[in-house]
Amino acid sequence: MTPLFEELRERFPEQIRSIDEPVPDQVTVLLSGPDVTEIARHFLSEYQARLVTVFAEDRVKAEAVFYNYYLFDRPGDTAWVVLKAPIPADHPSFPSLAAELPAVNWQEREIQDWFGLEAAGHPNPRRVALHDNWPDVHPLLKDFPLDTVLPLFEGERHVYRPAYGEGVFHIPVGPVHAGIIEPGHFDFAVAGEPILYLQLRMFYTHKGTEKLFENIPIHRAVFLAESISGDSAFSHGTAFCEAVERAAEIEVPRRAQWMRVILLELERIANHIADVGAIANDVGFVIANAHAGRIREMVLGMNEMLTGSRVLRGMVGIGGVRRDWQQAQVEAIESTLAVVEREFHDLVVILQASHSTRHRLERTGILRPEKASMLGVVGVAGRASGVNLDIRRDHPYEAYRHLSFSVPVYQAGDVRHRMKVRIDEVAESVQIIRSAVSRLPEGSHRAPAQPIPPDRCALSAVEGWRGEIVHWVRTGEGNCLERCKVKDPSINNWPAIVEAVEGNIVADFPVINKSFNLSYSGTDR
Amino acid sequence: MFKILQKSFRVGTATADYPRVAPRLAEQYRGCPEFDFAAWSDARPAAEACPTGAIAVSDHDGARQVTVDYGRCIFCGECEAASANGAVKMSRQFELAVTTRRDLVLTAEYTLRSDGSHAELKSATSGPAVEEPGKRIAEAIEDLLGRSLSIRQVDAGSCNGCEQEIVALNNPVHDIERFGIHFVASPRHADMLLVTGPVTRNMELALRKTWAATPDPKIVVAVGACGISGGIFGTNYASLGGVDAVIPVDVYIPGCPPRPEALLYGILLALGKVRQRGGSHSR
Repeated sequence: MTPLFEELRERFPEQIRSIDEPVPDQVTVLLSGPDVTEIARHFLSEYQARLVTVFAEDRVKAEAVFYNYYLFDRPGDTAWVVLKAPIPADHPSFPSLAAELPAVNWQEREIQDWFGLEAAGHPNPRRVALHDNWPDVHPLLKDFPLDTVLPLFEGERHVYRPAYGEGVFHIPVGPVHAGIIEPGHFDFAVAGEPILYLQLRMFYTHKGTEKLFENIPIHRAVFLAESISGDSAFSHGTAFCEAVERAAEIEVPRRAQWMRVILLELERIANHIADVGAIANDVGFVIANAHAGRIREMVLGMNEMLTGSRVLRGMVGIGGVRRDWQQAQVEAIESTLAVVEREFHDLVVILQASHSTRHRLERTGILRPEKASMLGVVGVAGRASGVNLDIRRDHPYEAYRHLSFSVPVYQAGDVRHRMKVRIDEVAESVQIIRSAVSRLPEGSHRAPAQPIPPDRCALSAVEGWRGEIVHWVRTGEGNCLERCKVKDPSINNWPAIVEAVEGNIVADFPVINKSFNLSYSGTDR
Repeated sequence: MFKILQKSFRVGTATADYPRVAPRLAEQYRGCPEFDFAAWSDARPAAEACPTGAIAVSDHDGARQVTVDYGRCIFCGECEAASANGAVKMSRQFELAVTTRRDLVLTAEYTLRSDGSHAELKSATSGPAVEEPGKRIAEAIEDLLGRSLSIRQVDAGSCNGCEQEIVALNNPVHDIERFGIHFVASPRHADMLLVTGPVTRNMELALRKTWAATPDPKIVVAVGACGISGGIFGTNYASLGGVDAVIPVDVYIPGCPPRPEALLYGILLALGKVRQRGGSHSR
């Protein structure tokens, strides 16, 4: 326990009931009531901390309260701090932080939708996840059965904020989009070409994932975690396994830790290469996308050779990985990686030689650093806008603590720099994989299966290719979970797109959107 | 410009000639599991291990019915690991698309021992009718030379895993345009809806409207375990399950996600149907 917590105790003697560290580097501060406003302010201003996520849990049956959890990350400290605020079941309300902290806008409204807890004072308290045709239900309450069949319901229609003025009109887009992408609704208010204001409506792909986690045994839930966002199957799967491993104090063998690092970086490389190609494609540089697609196929072939799946599914498991590698497979990583590195380098040279591409990407879709940090933007989009965060470096997991690598950070915040972050990261990932291959220890690839003890809580964070993924679990009886909270980086980053498109022309929206490349399914779950 | 041309010449042709030539699969590739029902001494561990309920057992009067549903299978390999005697083996088979949902379901009936393991296999359906991959498809392509197919892809709630592989159909390696097939931006321009699932409650209306906006004759292809059956999500308060719970489906493509060749196989299989249906409409 550091002096920091002594100070906290002295400063907030009334509010703080206890402080403990049930899992190494995960400090839980139990509060006496639902109001976290003052302590949160203190964390944000005094410690320059960042509010990573806020979520709730129904403990009414066990403890007669709900809990809200506020997860903070303090720069320079590898320990996470969780404020745990009880909310009495007979007065289901908590003070909203959204007016001061726009980053929690959607997440607080999710708590309202899922649990029926009121975010008192929220500037826009409308439903976010449950659409117009949902009756008044709160699916994450424990007494709401997973397989409830809800009758069709004629709700109030969602109203988008109107825009007025001469020549001002709205362009509604989606949920079914023109490209091969996920569903969501965008309402553009435009004045001729420039975008005045973009409103988003998400949660079209909400499929009850967090509720489902509470209803299936953990060994099946690993596969559910792989289906939170299919492009991050291995990252989400690993985040889930790590949370359970920490809760149950399962030690992952060293070999498995290094294997996980290699696969996490392969996922990053495959997605970054695809995005670099897709960004070029969206400004008409089709040949670059063709090369990117071709190079990506090489990486997917490597994935298949290492895991049996092109997209790394069915590999990660509680306690390690499901399949070990032969020496020949490990050697094949190096040879294929060398080809991928060379081909990607050639692609980057071609891209950089194209001045017209550069003109389209530069100063397009600018997300200013101050906006980025205010909105809690993470990952690639954050690093392109001055947010110097990388979980691999700041809260090292698996074998990352033994690796050194640089984290590219830029201040410009335009499409070009979101692409540049990706280009730089591919190079870093290649080096990380090389280093991991050369240091891959012998030994077991998976800890022996063991029963998961009930009523343990733990969180995990993984730097997926898109950004910070957080899972938080409470284990239950019979190898099941009581609760699994999933935070995909996309939930932080969607509101940043609203900022980034303002003043840009509608025709640049696709490339701006692509430069963020957020997951709808990860957001909606 | 010179660099671009130089690179293109150096790379040459990247396109793989599927389905004429079988794809180069890694030795480790996992296709669907195959079942030796006679050698299977107990299906319960596999059913317990299966994350999506693709393997199910129901016991009554000293007998057991085992069903295997490739429409739920995610090819994870847990059933193989949980079964003794090599009764369940992961194959390299991915050409699994069918036009009838029940063709994806196998059943076997056993008498039981007192410990609940299998005594004797009484009956079993054979594996899914996998057609000679090359032949029928090659014929379909021949017939279709000179015409084109427009596909509108609809994500009705997927995790985006299937979308990744559908996008890959457009890369130079899989290059779906060599068949005259292309993806279009509106259902009004489409002959085929390629739908991933599970269909969520929040997407149901959009899917119905998209289907209604697609001109007849149209075909619907359900993609992936979730598109076929709801997959690991099944049906719940937010998920309606497979695509055919909402709109009629002509072809089902198993996989999680189906690899691009599996998608191509399913789409080309559906093309036979386009002709059939188009013909009957024009008559």
